[in-house]
Amino acid sequence: MNTLLYGLITGILFGFLLQRGQVLRYDKQLGALRFFDMTIVKFMLSSVLVGMAGVYFLKDFGLATLAVKPTILGGNIIGGLIFGIGWALLGYCPGTSLGALGEGRWDGLWGILGMLAGAALFAEAYPGIKKTVLTWGNFGAITLPQILGINHWLIIIPFIIGGILLFRWFEKKGL
Amino acid sequence: MKSLDDKKYWSPYLAGALSGLVLILSVWVTGKFYGTSTTFVRAAGMVEKIFDAARVARMDYFIKEVPMIDWQWMFVIGIFIGSLIAAKTSGTFTWQAVPGMWQKRFGSSVGKRAVVAFIGGVIGMFGARLADGCPSGHGLSGSVQLAVSGFVSLICFFIGGALVARIMYKGGTR
Repeated sequence: MNTLLYGLITGILFGFLLQRGQVLRYDKQLGALRFFDMTIVKFMLSSVLVGMAGVYFLKDFGLATLAVKPTILGGNIIGGLIFGIGWALLGYCPGTSLGALGEGRWDGLWGILGMLAGAALFAEAYPGIKKTVLTWGNFGAITLPQILGINHWLIIIPFIIGGILLFRWFEKKGL
Repeated sequence: MKSLDDKKYWSPYLAGALSGLVLILSVWVTGKFYGTSTTFVRAAGMVEKIFDAARVARMDYFIKEVPMIDWQWMFVIGIFIGSLIAAKTSGTFTWQAVPGMWQKRFGSSVGKRAVVAFIGGVIGMFGARLADGCPSGHGLSGSVQLAVSGFVSLICFFIGGALVARIMYKGGTR
Protein backbone atom coordinates (compact mmCIF):
# COMPACT_ATOMS: atom_id res chain seq x y z
CA MET A 1 0.00 0.00 0.00
CA ASN A 2 2.83 2.38 0.90
CA THR A 3 4.48 1.62 -2.42
CA LEU A 4 1.39 2.83 -4.24
CA LEU A 5 1.27 6.01 -2.17
CA TYR A 6 4.94 6.75 -2.90
CA GLY A 7 4.23 6.20 -6.59
CA LEU A 8 1.40 8.71 -6.49
CA ILE A 9 3.42 11.34 -4.60
CA THR A 10 6.44 10.93 -6.88
CA GLY A 11 4.17 11.26 -9.93
CA ILE A 12 2.49 14.40 -8.56
CA LEU A 13 5.88 16.05 -7.97
CA PHE A 14 7.13 15.05 -11.42
CA GLY A 15 3.90 16.18 -13.14
CA PHE A 16 4.04 19.51 -11.28
CA LEU A 17 7.62 20.11 -12.45
CA LEU A 18 6.87 19.04 -16.03
CA GLN A 19 4.06 21.60 -16.15
CA ARG A 20 6.12 24.43 -14.66
CA GLY A 21 8.95 23.62 -17.05
CA GLN A 22 6.54 23.91 -20.04
CA VAL A 23 7.41 20.41 -21.17
CA LEU A 24 3.79 19.26 -21.59
CA ARG A 25 3.25 20.99 -24.90
CA TYR A 26 3.04 19.77 -28.44
CA ASP A 27 4.76 22.98 -29.59
CA LYS A 28 7.74 22.37 -27.30
CA GLN A 29 8.08 18.68 -28.18
CA LEU A 30 7.93 19.39 -31.91
CA GLY A 31 10.15 22.43 -31.38
CA ALA A 32 12.87 20.10 -30.14
CA LEU A 33 12.34 17.60 -32.97
CA ARG A 34 12.60 20.50 -35.42
CA PHE A 35 15.70 21.82 -33.60
CA PHE A 36 14.61 25.35 -32.81
CA ASP A 37 13.28 25.14 -29.23
CA MET A 38 15.30 22.98 -26.87
CA THR A 39 13.06 23.42 -23.79
CA ILE A 40 12.38 19.71 -23.39
CA VAL A 41 16.03 18.82 -23.95
CA LYS A 42 17.09 21.35 -21.30
CA PHE A 43 14.60 19.85 -18.84
CA MET A 44 15.51 16.27 -19.63
CA LEU A 45 19.27 16.73 -19.62
CA SER A 46 19.16 18.75 -16.38
CA SER A 47 17.27 15.88 -14.72
CA VAL A 48 19.76 13.39 -16.09
CA LEU A 49 22.85 15.33 -14.95
CA VAL A 50 21.51 15.73 -11.40
CA GLY A 51 20.06 12.23 -11.26
CA MET A 52 23.22 10.60 -12.57
CA ALA A 53 25.45 12.11 -9.89
CA GLY A 54 22.90 11.44 -7.13
CA VAL A 55 22.05 7.87 -8.04
CA TYR A 56 25.70 6.80 -8.42
CA PHE A 57 26.55 8.59 -5.17
CA LEU A 58 23.83 6.55 -3.40
CA LYS A 59 25.08 3.40 -5.10
CA ASP A 60 28.67 4.03 -3.97
CA PHE A 61 27.45 4.20 -0.37
CA GLY A 62 25.30 1.08 -0.76
CA LEU A 63 22.08 3.08 -0.40
CA ALA A 64 20.60 2.20 -3.76
CA THR A 65 20.72 -0.54 -6.35
CA LEU A 66 20.51 0.06 -10.08
CA ALA A 67 17.73 -1.35 -12.24
CA VAL A 68 19.42 -1.42 -15.65
CA LYS A 69 17.30 -2.50 -18.60
CA PRO A 70 18.94 -5.03 -20.93
CA THR A 71 20.49 -3.80 -24.14
CA ILE A 72 18.84 -5.64 -27.02
CA LEU A 73 19.92 -3.75 -30.12
CA GLY A 74 17.08 -5.16 -32.28
CA GLY A 75 14.44 -3.93 -29.84
CA ASN A 76 16.17 -0.73 -28.76
CA ILE A 77 16.98 0.49 -32.28
CA ILE A 78 13.90 -0.66 -34.22
CA GLY A 79 11.54 0.07 -31.32
CA GLY A 80 13.26 3.39 -30.68
CA LEU A 81 12.85 4.51 -34.30
CA ILE A 82 9.19 3.40 -34.37
CA PHE A 83 8.57 5.23 -31.10
CA GLY A 84 10.10 8.36 -32.63
CA ILE A 85 7.72 8.21 -35.59
CA GLY A 86 4.71 7.99 -33.28
CA TRP A 87 6.10 10.67 -30.97
CA ALA A 88 6.36 13.21 -33.80
CA LEU A 89 2.82 12.44 -34.99
CA LEU A 90 1.33 12.69 -31.50
CA GLY A 91 3.59 15.40 -30.09
CA TYR A 92 3.54 13.87 -26.62
CA CYS A 93 5.32 10.91 -25.07
CA PRO A 94 3.48 8.48 -22.75
CA GLY A 95 4.12 10.49 -19.57
CA THR A 96 3.60 13.93 -21.08
CA SER A 97 0.28 12.92 -22.70
CA LEU A 98 -1.18 12.45 -19.20
CA GLY A 99 0.40 15.72 -18.08
CA ALA A 100 -0.91 17.58 -21.14
CA LEU A 101 -4.43 16.41 -20.32
CA GLY A 102 -3.89 17.67 -16.75
CA GLU A 103 -3.23 21.23 -17.95
CA GLY A 104 -6.19 21.19 -20.33
CA ARG A 105 -4.48 20.23 -23.59
CA TRP A 106 -6.97 17.51 -24.19
CA ASP A 107 -5.64 16.36 -27.56
CA GLY A 108 -3.43 14.29 -25.23
CA LEU A 109 -6.51 12.13 -24.67
CA TRP A 110 -6.43 10.85 -28.28
CA GLY A 111 -2.83 9.91 -27.69
CA ILE A 112 -3.66 8.07 -24.47
CA LEU A 113 -6.38 6.06 -26.23
CA GLY A 114 -4.03 5.33 -29.12
CA MET A 115 -1.31 4.24 -26.73
CA LEU A 116 -3.66 1.83 -24.95
CA ALA A 117 -4.50 0.35 -28.35
CA GLY A 118 -0.80 0.24 -29.23
CA ALA A 119 -0.02 -1.61 -26.01
CA ALA A 120 -2.80 -4.14 -26.73
CA LEU A 121 -1.46 -4.59 -30.26
CA PHE A 122 2.05 -5.20 -28.97
CA ALA A 123 0.74 -7.81 -26.52
CA GLU A 124 -0.75 -9.68 -29.51
CA ALA A 125 2.48 -9.48 -31.48
CA TYR A 126 4.76 -10.29 -28.54
CA PRO A 127 5.09 -14.09 -28.98
CA GLY A 128 6.45 -13.60 -32.51
CA ILE A 129 8.60 -10.59 -31.62
CA LYS A 130 10.14 -12.39 -28.64
CA LYS A 131 11.51 -15.08 -30.95
CA THR A 132 12.83 -12.66 -33.58
CA VAL A 133 13.61 -8.95 -32.99
CA LEU A 134 14.19 -9.39 -29.27
CA THR A 135 16.93 -11.97 -29.88
CA TRP A 136 18.96 -9.67 -32.19
CA GLY A 137 22.02 -8.22 -30.48
CA ASN A 138 21.15 -9.11 -26.90
CA PHE A 139 23.98 -7.92 -24.63
CA GLY A 140 22.13 -8.13 -21.33
CA ALA A 141 22.04 -5.36 -18.70
CA ILE A 142 25.18 -3.41 -19.58
CA THR A 143 26.27 0.11 -18.65
CA LEU A 144 28.82 2.45 -20.24
CA PRO A 145 31.35 2.10 -17.36
CA GLN A 146 31.10 -1.68 -17.69
CA ILE A 147 31.79 -1.84 -21.41
CA LEU A 148 34.55 0.78 -21.21
CA GLY A 149 36.03 -0.87 -18.12
CA ILE A 150 36.48 2.42 -16.25
CA ASN A 151 35.15 3.97 -13.03
CA HIS A 152 31.69 5.53 -13.43
CA TRP A 153 32.84 8.96 -12.21
CA LEU A 154 35.21 9.14 -15.18
CA ILE A 155 32.07 9.16 -17.32
CA ILE A 156 29.74 11.15 -15.07
CA ILE A 157 32.06 14.14 -14.61
CA PRO A 158 32.84 14.64 -18.33
CA PHE A 159 29.14 14.08 -19.04
CA ILE A 160 28.18 16.90 -16.66
CA ILE A 161 30.82 19.23 -18.12
CA GLY A 162 29.65 18.38 -21.65
CA GLY A 163 26.03 18.98 -20.64
CA ILE A 164 26.81 22.42 -19.21
CA LEU A 165 28.75 23.38 -22.35
CA LEU A 166 25.78 22.27 -24.44
CA PHE A 167 23.45 24.42 -22.29
CA ARG A 168 25.72 27.43 -22.81
CA TRP A 169 25.62 26.82 -26.54
CA PHE A 170 21.79 26.57 -26.49
CA GLU A 171 21.59 29.92 -24.69
CA LYS A 172 24.10 31.56 -27.04
CA LYS A 173 22.11 30.38 -30.05
CA GLY A 174 18.77 31.23 -28.44
CA LEU A 175 17.49 27.68 -28.82
CA MET B 1 12.82 41.14 -21.35
CA LYS B 2 10.54 38.66 -19.66
CA SER B 3 6.90 38.70 -20.59
CA LEU B 4 4.14 38.25 -18.03
CA ASP B 5 3.62 34.71 -19.21
CA ASP B 6 7.21 33.73 -18.37
CA LYS B 7 6.75 34.46 -14.67
CA LYS B 8 4.15 31.74 -14.40
CA TYR B 9 6.64 29.17 -15.57
CA TRP B 10 10.04 28.13 -14.29
CA SER B 11 13.25 27.77 -16.18
CA PRO B 12 13.40 24.29 -17.73
CA TYR B 13 16.86 23.91 -16.17
CA LEU B 14 15.45 24.47 -12.66
CA ALA B 15 12.36 22.31 -13.16
CA GLY B 16 14.51 19.59 -14.74
CA ALA B 17 17.12 19.66 -11.99
CA LEU B 18 14.39 19.42 -9.35
CA SER B 19 12.93 16.42 -11.21
CA GLY B 20 16.37 14.87 -10.97
CA LEU B 21 16.32 15.41 -7.20
CA VAL B 22 12.86 13.83 -6.96
CA LEU B 23 14.21 10.84 -8.90
CA ILE B 24 17.15 10.50 -6.51
CA LEU B 25 14.79 10.60 -3.52
CA SER B 26 12.53 8.02 -5.12
CA VAL B 27 15.45 5.67 -5.78
CA TRP B 28 16.70 6.18 -2.23
CA VAL B 29 13.37 5.73 -0.44
CA THR B 30 11.57 3.14 -2.58
CA GLY B 31 14.17 1.94 -5.08
CA LYS B 32 11.90 3.01 -7.96
CA PHE B 33 13.05 4.68 -11.18
CA TYR B 34 10.76 6.76 -13.40
CA GLY B 35 8.93 4.92 -16.15
CA THR B 36 5.50 5.18 -17.77
CA SER B 37 4.96 2.95 -20.79
CA THR B 38 4.56 -0.38 -18.92
CA THR B 39 1.50 1.16 -17.25
CA PHE B 40 -0.23 1.37 -20.64
CA VAL B 41 0.28 -2.39 -21.02
CA ARG B 42 -1.18 -3.10 -17.58
CA ALA B 43 -4.11 -0.74 -18.23
CA ALA B 44 -4.79 -2.29 -21.65
CA GLY B 45 -4.76 -5.72 -19.99
CA MET B 46 -7.23 -4.53 -17.37
CA VAL B 47 -9.62 -3.35 -20.10
CA GLU B 48 -9.23 -6.62 -22.03
CA LYS B 49 -9.90 -8.61 -18.86
CA ILE B 50 -13.41 -7.16 -18.75
CA PHE B 51 -14.16 -8.86 -22.07
CA ASP B 52 -12.13 -12.08 -21.87
CA ALA B 53 -10.23 -12.67 -18.64
CA ALA B 54 -9.26 -16.24 -19.54
CA ARG B 55 -7.58 -15.12 -22.75
CA VAL B 56 -5.62 -12.36 -20.98
CA ALA B 57 -4.43 -14.88 -18.38
CA ARG B 58 -2.96 -17.03 -21.19
CA MET B 59 -1.17 -14.25 -23.07
CA ASP B 60 2.62 -14.19 -22.73
CA TYR B 61 2.94 -10.42 -22.51
CA PHE B 62 0.29 -10.12 -19.81
CA ILE B 63 1.99 -12.89 -17.87
CA LYS B 64 5.19 -10.83 -18.08
CA GLU B 65 3.48 -7.50 -17.31
CA VAL B 66 0.56 -8.50 -15.11
CA PRO B 67 -2.51 -6.23 -15.47
CA MET B 68 -2.56 -4.74 -11.97
CA ILE B 69 -2.06 -1.41 -10.25
CA ASP B 70 1.54 -0.98 -9.10
CA TRP B 71 3.98 1.83 -8.18
CA GLN B 72 4.35 3.00 -11.77
CA TRP B 73 0.61 2.95 -12.39
CA MET B 74 0.13 5.39 -9.51
CA PHE B 75 3.13 7.42 -10.72
CA VAL B 76 1.42 7.92 -14.09
CA ILE B 77 -1.86 8.99 -12.45
CA GLY B 78 0.24 11.31 -10.29
CA ILE B 79 1.69 13.06 -13.36
CA PHE B 80 -1.86 13.97 -14.41
CA ILE B 81 -2.75 15.26 -10.93
CA GLY B 82 0.54 17.13 -10.47
CA SER B 83 0.15 18.87 -13.82
CA LEU B 84 -3.44 19.81 -12.99
CA ILE B 85 -2.35 21.30 -9.63
CA ALA B 86 0.54 23.23 -11.21
CA ALA B 87 -1.68 24.59 -14.01
CA LYS B 88 -4.54 25.59 -11.70
CA THR B 89 -2.31 27.24 -9.07
CA SER B 90 -0.41 29.29 -11.66
CA GLY B 91 -3.44 30.21 -13.74
CA THR B 92 -2.02 28.51 -16.82
CA PHE B 93 -4.74 25.89 -17.23
CA THR B 94 -6.12 26.21 -20.77
CA TRP B 95 -8.58 24.01 -22.64
CA GLN B 96 -6.97 23.37 -25.99
CA ALA B 97 -8.03 20.83 -28.62
CA VAL B 98 -5.51 21.73 -31.31
CA PRO B 99 -1.96 22.91 -30.53
CA GLY B 100 -0.81 26.24 -32.00
CA MET B 101 1.98 24.90 -34.20
CA TRP B 102 -0.28 22.18 -35.56
CA GLN B 103 -3.06 24.67 -36.30
CA LYS B 104 -0.74 26.92 -38.31
CA ARG B 105 0.26 24.02 -40.51
CA PHE B 106 -2.76 21.72 -40.66
CA GLY B 107 -5.72 23.91 -39.70
CA SER B 108 -8.06 23.94 -36.73
CA SER B 109 -9.95 20.69 -37.44
CA VAL B 110 -10.30 18.78 -34.17
CA GLY B 111 -11.05 15.56 -36.07
CA LYS B 112 -7.89 15.70 -38.14
CA ARG B 113 -5.76 16.31 -35.05
CA ALA B 114 -7.58 13.49 -33.20
CA VAL B 115 -6.95 10.94 -35.97
CA VAL B 116 -3.24 11.73 -36.32
CA ALA B 117 -2.74 11.89 -32.52
CA PHE B 118 -4.47 8.52 -32.09
CA ILE B 119 -2.39 6.87 -34.83
CA GLY B 120 0.73 8.47 -33.37
CA GLY B 121 -0.20 7.00 -30.00
CA VAL B 122 -0.65 3.50 -31.44
CA ILE B 123 2.69 3.61 -33.29
CA GLY B 124 4.54 5.28 -30.43
CA MET B 125 3.44 2.80 -27.80
CA PHE B 126 4.15 -0.19 -30.04
CA GLY B 127 7.66 1.18 -30.52
CA ALA B 128 8.12 1.96 -26.84
CA ARG B 129 7.21 -1.58 -25.84
CA LEU B 130 9.49 -3.02 -28.50
CA ALA B 131 12.31 -0.79 -27.22
CA ASP B 132 11.31 -1.74 -23.63
CA GLY B 133 10.87 1.89 -22.57
CA CYS B 134 9.94 5.46 -23.42
CA PRO B 135 11.62 8.85 -22.77
CA SER B 136 11.07 8.43 -19.02
CA GLY B 137 12.16 4.80 -18.63
CA HIS B 138 15.01 4.86 -21.17
CA GLY B 139 15.63 8.57 -21.62
CA LEU B 140 15.67 9.63 -17.97
CA SER B 141 16.10 6.51 -15.83
CA GLY B 142 18.26 4.68 -18.36
CA SER B 143 20.65 7.59 -18.98
CA VAL B 144 20.89 8.32 -15.26
CA GLN B 145 22.17 4.78 -14.73
CA LEU B 146 24.50 5.09 -17.74
CA ALA B 147 22.65 2.14 -19.30
CA VAL B 148 23.66 1.41 -22.90
CA SER B 149 20.01 0.54 -23.68
CA GLY B 150 18.96 4.01 -22.46
CA PHE B 151 21.38 5.96 -24.65
CA VAL B 152 20.79 3.81 -27.76
CA SER B 153 16.99 4.09 -27.43
CA LEU B 154 17.05 7.81 -26.68
CA ILE B 155 19.15 8.54 -29.78
CA CYS B 156 16.75 6.45 -31.90
CA PHE B 157 13.71 8.26 -30.41
CA PHE B 158 15.15 11.55 -31.63
CA ILE B 159 16.24 10.23 -35.06
CA GLY B 160 12.77 8.78 -35.79
CA GLY B 161 11.03 11.85 -34.39
CA ALA B 162 13.18 14.39 -36.20
CA LEU B 163 12.70 12.61 -39.54
CA VAL B 164 8.91 12.60 -39.25
CA ALA B 165 8.79 16.17 -37.91
CA ARG B 166 10.85 17.25 -40.92
CA ILE B 167 8.46 15.57 -43.35
CA MET B 168 5.38 16.99 -41.58
CA TYR B 169 6.64 20.55 -41.40
CA LYS B 170 8.75 20.70 -44.54
CA GLY B 171 8.86 24.27 -45.76
CA GLY B 172 6.69 25.41 -42.86
CA THR B 173 7.36 28.28 -40.49
CA ARG B 174 7.88 28.08 -36.76
